[in-house]
Amino acid sequence: MTAGKRKERLDRGIKVRTEGIYTLSSWREMIYLVAPRLVLILGLLIIPLLLPSSYYQKLICIMCIYALLAISFDFLTNFVGLVCLGGALFMGVGGYIAGGLNSAFGLSPILTIPIATLGGAIICTVLLLPCLPIRGVYFAIVTLVYPLLLLKIIEATRILGGTDGLPGLTTFPNIWIDQYLIIGITILSIFGLRRLVNEDIGLLFRSIKDNDQAVKASGIGITRYKALAVFIASGIGCLAGAYLCHLYAWVGISFFALDFSILPIAAAVLGGMGTIAGPFLGAAILVPLSEILRALGGLRIVFYALILILIIGIRPEGLFNYFQRKYHQFEHWIEV
Amino acid sequence: MKVMRGYLMDVFVYGLINSVVLILMAAGFSIVYGISRLPNFAHGALYVLTGFVTWIFLRKLGLNYPAAIVLALAITALIGAAIYQFFLVRIRGMEASEIIGSFAVGLAIMESLRWRGFIGHGFAIPVFIDGSIGIGGVIVDFQRIIIVGAGLAITVSLWVFTHYTKIGLSLRGIAQDERAAMMLGIDSDWTAVISLALGSALAGLGAVMILPMGNINVEAGYNVLIFAVAVCILGGLGSWTGTLIASFLLGYAQTLTVAYIAFHYQMVVAMAAILLTLILKPSGLLGRQKELEERV
Repeated sequence: MTAGKRKERLDRGIKVRTEGIYTLSSWREMIYLVAPRLVLILGLLIIPLLLPSSYYQKLICIMCIYALLAISFDFLTNFVGLVCLGGALFMGVGGYIAGGLNSAFGLSPILTIPIATLGGAIICTVLLLPCLPIRGVYFAIVTLVYPLLLLKIIEATRILGGTDGLPGLTTFPNIWIDQYLIIGITILSIFGLRRLVNEDIGLLFRSIKDNDQAVKASGIGITRYKALAVFIASGIGCLAGAYLCHLYAWVGISFFALDFSILPIAAAVLGGMGTIAGPFLGAAILVPLSEILRALGGLRIVFYALILILIIGIRPEGLFNYFQRKYHQFEHWIEV
Repeated sequence: MKVMRGYLMDVFVYGLINSVVLILMAAGFSIVYGISRLPNFAHGALYVLTGFVTWIFLRKLGLNYPAAIVLALAITALIGAAIYQFFLVRIRGMEASEIIGSFAVGLAIMESLRWRGFIGHGFAIPVFIDGSIGIGGVIVDFQRIIIVGAGLAITVSLWVFTHYTKIGLSLRGIAQDERAAMMLGIDSDWTAVISLALGSALAGLGAVMILPMGNINVEAGYNVLIFAVAVCILGGLGSWTGTLIASFLLGYAQTLTVAYIAFHYQMVVAMAAILLTLILKPSGLLGRQKELEERV
């Protein structure tokens, strides 16, 4: 049926007109621009009010945590060219710093979370610094090894509570603060990163991904900017980890578990790589789905891996890119 | 590890065995990366898979031992070829997708093994010949001697294969200069299929040699991948001689660590080797990746 034809795609007129922000001239154009963003923000703000029980409200928090990890993965992979296989490293470092401070010195979450975010980001950046000057598979390998290594060290030396972890951490006062804190952080991260990658520095990041020799030839040190990008991404991950330890009132070696590495990758690939908002969409689909599939137990990781293989192999575009195309463009078949 | 504290001869003999074990673990990864520039993150999974397939043939289907091993190796080689032919070929050249994709394949294999109940201590394949022998006052069992012999045999036969057979020469051609090799009529996709089949079979061969010394364990997949990668990075990704030298360096370093510090720190040694190599000489001991050195 489609033989001898091809799909032609044309930008909608309204997209072309609204591309320059100064040409906005009608409500319709403003709504066209604002509607998708507003759906995300309002949707996230309203959802906690509609959910029937605290089980679902906790689920929203978990979803946002995975979304944060997925966003930081997407940022590192598609805007800086560093494939990170160890979201669990950021989770674990953030979680253990916040949990350790809270358990040892009784600091409140208001202090531990910012300290864990900044301190964790610095620690992760220093840990990953050796593989930043070069391209290639080194970053992926090193990020894959670190969580396993730290897990082994904690198990072997029994520091930080060993295999039992640190129980009895301070929790947030009530479920509403739980939810709106992480929802606020997620919204800020999505829009902040989307803004960042469209600034000059975002251009620099992308050029490091595409051709780092050319960047060096322009007299710009790539290691510094890669370190900055890792700092930003690991900060987001550590923040998620610090938040999670106060949500569960516990931090343990399962913070270094494979789930925190693989689900964000699956979410980013499913949602659409290189869009920052796409990984959130992916997490919003995968986390409830994996809750439904809880009965499968260990098979869930197989399930994420199969999703990854199918999407990467067959439709690497991802959901968000697909919707974005439908929103911005007409499509119709034409004779070749 | 049966290394006793302070016995130099022990460290020497078991360090040699450990080094050859590392060669067996790393050979497959090194071959695949060297020939087709594909980082095969499913390497560890293929290693574990061969162990379990051998176990199934041996215990469930009641085949005799050599037949079980040969069949298991053939199956692993086929799976490796299929991974390339049906999946990796679509994403070849896209660095991020290659890494994520092969990692996902490895995870799918390992976690489905775990799900099918292949965990715990009930899974072991027997040693080839029972018994042990004393070498310079150190008691070594025959399996470990067989490992050293097999490691030597594999090294030599790989060298002969890549230097004197037509397929081996075309693999080296692709590894040295892909475009020139393609101009001379060597199909890059075909060599990649062969390299993955060969690499998987080598991972499997390592598994059937090494696994009789202990239980088959899904977690071993991650360790094997990490050790293989550490050896390859230390020796220089894609350099075969470098892999051999790095195996001995890392093998003795690990044995010394186990002898004088603690068993748990094997992985720390591997990670330290990766990081030190990246800091001091990113192209590895014998890596010929000039562009890597220019980047630092």
